[in-house]
Amino acid sequence: MSHSTAEPPQRDLHALISEHSGGEGPLLPMLHAIQAAYGHIPQEAIPLIADALNLTKAEVHGVVTFYHDFRETPAGRHVIKLCRAEACQSVGGAALADRVLGKLGLDWGGTTANGAVTVEAVYCLGLCACGPAAMVDGKVVGRVDDTRMAKILTEAGA
Amino acid sequence: MNIYIPRDAAAKALGADEVASAVATEAAKRGLDVQIVRNGTRGMIWLEPLVEVEETTGRRAYGPVTAADVPALLDGKLEGLGAVEDIPFFARQTRLTFARCGLIDPLSLADYEAHGGLAGLRRAVAMEPGGIVAEVTASGLRGRGGAGFPTGIKWKTVAEAQSAQKYIVCNADEGDSGTFADRMIMEGDPFTLIEGMAIAGIGTGATKGYVYIRSEYPDAIEVMEAAILLARGAGLLGPSVLGSGHAFDMEVRVGAGAYVCGEETSLLNSLEGKRGIVRAKPPLPALEGLFGRPTVVNNVLSLATVPVIFEKGAAHYAGFGLGRSKGTMPIQIAGNVKHGGLFETAFGMPLGQLVNDIAGGTASGRPVKAAQVGGPLGAYIPVSQFDTPFGYEEFDQKGGLIGHAGIVVFDDTADMLKLARFAMEFCAVESCGKCTPCRIGSVRGVETIDRIAAGDPAATVILTDLCDTMRDGSLCALGGFTPFPVMSALRHFPDDFARRKEAAE
Repeated sequence: MSHSTAEPPQRDLHALISEHSGGEGPLLPMLHAIQAAYGHIPQEAIPLIADALNLTKAEVHGVVTFYHDFRETPAGRHVIKLCRAEACQSVGGAALADRVLGKLGLDWGGTTANGAVTVEAVYCLGLCACGPAAMVDGKVVGRVDDTRMAKILTEAGA
Repeated sequence: MNIYIPRDAAAKALGADEVASAVATEAAKRGLDVQIVRNGTRGMIWLEPLVEVEETTGRRAYGPVTAADVPALLDGKLEGLGAVEDIPFFARQTRLTFARCGLIDPLSLADYEAHGGLAGLRRAVAMEPGGIVAEVTASGLRGRGGAGFPTGIKWKTVAEAQSAQKYIVCNADEGDSGTFADRMIMEGDPFTLIEGMAIAGIGTGATKGYVYIRSEYPDAIEVMEAAILLARGAGLLGPSVLGSGHAFDMEVRVGAGAYVCGEETSLLNSLEGKRGIVRAKPPLPALEGLFGRPTVVNNVLSLATVPVIFEKGAAHYAGFGLGRSKGTMPIQIAGNVKHGGLFETAFGMPLGQLVNDIAGGTASGRPVKAAQVGGPLGAYIPVSQFDTPFGYEEFDQKGGLIGHAGIVVFDDTADMLKLARFAMEFCAVESCGKCTPCRIGSVRGVETIDRIAAGDPAATVILTDLCDTMRDGSLCALGGFTPFPVMSALRHFPDDFARRKEAAE
């Protein structure tokens, strides 16, 4: 999940990993917990996870890189996800996204030079009857237009 | 006085939290005794935030309400909509699965029981497991995730499998654009899903359940997790479900942004902590599913419909519908529509009636060009086929699918070539990479559509051939069904593909 990554509580990796080592199929919950604490999956976590779950480092790396949610480097202080899916396209979502990316001079997944905002693509937020939809630091926003987006960007310090 | 303000993500996205805090502030200022109930949505998204004020004569609806409207609302000066049940969009529905959604406090078990909740489970725990499975089979319920496989047959396979551990896995990885019914029921009536999963567990001998919810649904995750805790506390989950002696417990697992994990075998790998790679079938998950154990994998709506089947009886449920599409379908009308939302009705209503009559045509006021039915892997249906009745077989015959029953409406400004290209691009982004037709075919598909856009007439033939290969050679529906939107766009809207050529010449 996207959360603001400002001032991550630096919890001890070992403690986080051992806390999530039990139960069935613990790897995804563990990775979510690490990303929630650190804002990304730090490289040094990979061998520790591999060791705890009796996996190879390659297997852990493979899982981290498979899923769009997990990032290997920190995101900007705010993460704005814009829906690219068809329902939002039908109400001007693609054009809105083009304008946002153009204005910030970013491509999908890019972060503004001041580190304030990362813009990511998302494929459906389930807000298909009130598009174009976005998610700003985990909070949903519907019927996004240029005015609303400008406000979001200003508040995020883009 | 109870004031209902939805906590549904769509309502929140349109300002429901701001309205709720304004109501709290204004009520305190006036010394009014107001209880704010954060209910689910009634499903009329164009009216959200839809606030209901409970009066002695019943609940009166107002919407869309803004924070600025709140003083007038509390003064009784805001123009209302009357009772929700009298709004035509709502009045024309047959609500079985969604009967309680928006009506009750989603996290009140007492409210849930007062509106028919747990009646189904109480009946089920008094039955033999074989009887439970037979009841589901008799209801005619088919998998609501999209494939439409008979739920009773799947349960029977798991029930007859011998294993020390069996699982119920609920697929809440609702990634299809145009669909939000799973999210809506999890946020608005989570106990119905828990009840359905408990019945599934008792019927099949599974003692452990997982709800795999996509990470894009933080609100649904929050409500489901809270509901599971409450259910466990009330003995609805645990070592002896409602004192029956049957054990069943469940937990939420959060996905990580991979569309392909909505495919059941990919979802199982993801639950196991692996890359969400599709598995070849056989073996069927019903026999070798999660951790190699017999597993029921059902969609949220399939499981959430089980309680009403047991409450009212299989025959009641099977009495609705059309042909082999029995019961009701929560249809989600979305995209460029005037009145978008969730419309639960018996199978069989023609697509055109849903789009033009129920949803009132486009939001832009322009003519409808097409509707994509069944998510990003569903066909674009032209207006000329809007007489197609909403049913599994009926859409199949038209070269489409109903999938998870999402309808995305486009007006005449839609560029079908761009949408076809997007379908291929989406497939390339989300492909798990296991099979070549999907992994490579989608990339080549984007390139080939770009060639058509650049005016290469030979590329159309290549695209058609490529789609045949993807359809016939892919391991799962992602690569296998991407040709549906692509080829339907090409077949029904040739002008959108030809004018590029003329422009190039």
